[in-house]
Amino acid sequence: MTNGLIDFVLVSVALLAIGIYGLAVKRNAIRMLFGVEMIINSANLNLVAFARFIPNSQGQTLALFSIAIAAAEVAVGLALVIVAYRMYQNIDIKDFRSLKG
Amino acid sequence: MVDTVFLALSVLTIGSAIVALEIRSLIYGSIALMITLSGIAGFFLLLDAPFVAMFQLSVYVGSIAVLILFTVMLVRRELIFNKIEDKRRRYAGIGLMLALMLGIGMIIIGSGMKSMETNSPTVDYKKIGADFLTYYSPALIVMALILASSVVGALTLARREDITNDQRAD
Repeated sequence: MTNGLIDFVLVSVALLAIGIYGLAVKRNAIRMLFGVEMIINSANLNLVAFARFIPNSQGQTLALFSIAIAAAEVAVGLALVIVAYRMYQNIDIKDFRSLKG
Repeated sequence: MVDTVFLALSVLTIGSAIVALEIRSLIYGSIALMITLSGIAGFFLLLDAPFVAMFQLSVYVGSIAVLILFTVMLVRRELIFNKIEDKRRRYAGIGLMLALMLGIGMIIIGSGMKSMETNSPTVDYKKIGADFLTYYSPALIVMALILASSVVGALTLARREDITNDQRAD
């Protein structure tokens, strides 16, 4: 194997930074979900990379759990976006400020 | 040293991640997100974790990306192409992104991770399956319950109260 651990970790850092940028700047609710997805994926990449280089199998198991939980999170998040869109006819985060229960 | 496949995969992944956030249309954005997720699956294959890679392909590319596409299609057309954002906030965000990349990247390059290479044998995916059914089986059951409850919760949230059965077209 020619690639070192550091290469994978650097790619994961870049993906994390892009995800944080998306979360901080974008006002579209669906685009913010894109940013969350990127952050989760960079975490999974880290888990699997360290599991390969330590080496043991528990990192891969944890990554599998993480992927499944992320699927649940996205389903609920998109349902919330749909509900908010129905209430406000918009998916801009600024319009959701009055969502106070 | 890195090889060509790794380089191509990282360019594809990072590039399509940027495209997913910056392109005007949300539909093209979600397709670019799909490419990013597939790139991550390619990294998993490079890391000798084919089981996780296939899981990633089936869960992320197969279900989550399609779910996002369908949600985008439910939204009005102007909103899909709409792109309002604060100029100053955008520059601040780019600065934050570069600071994070450089800062954490410098820390990682300075650490002892550079010399870490491995010749150890890969983890057999049969062992992962056996782990799931023995040591991690309570966690697996809890995860199944969480998935089921989240699907039921999403259906309940997205249900429309104002349509009754006799108003339906079918």
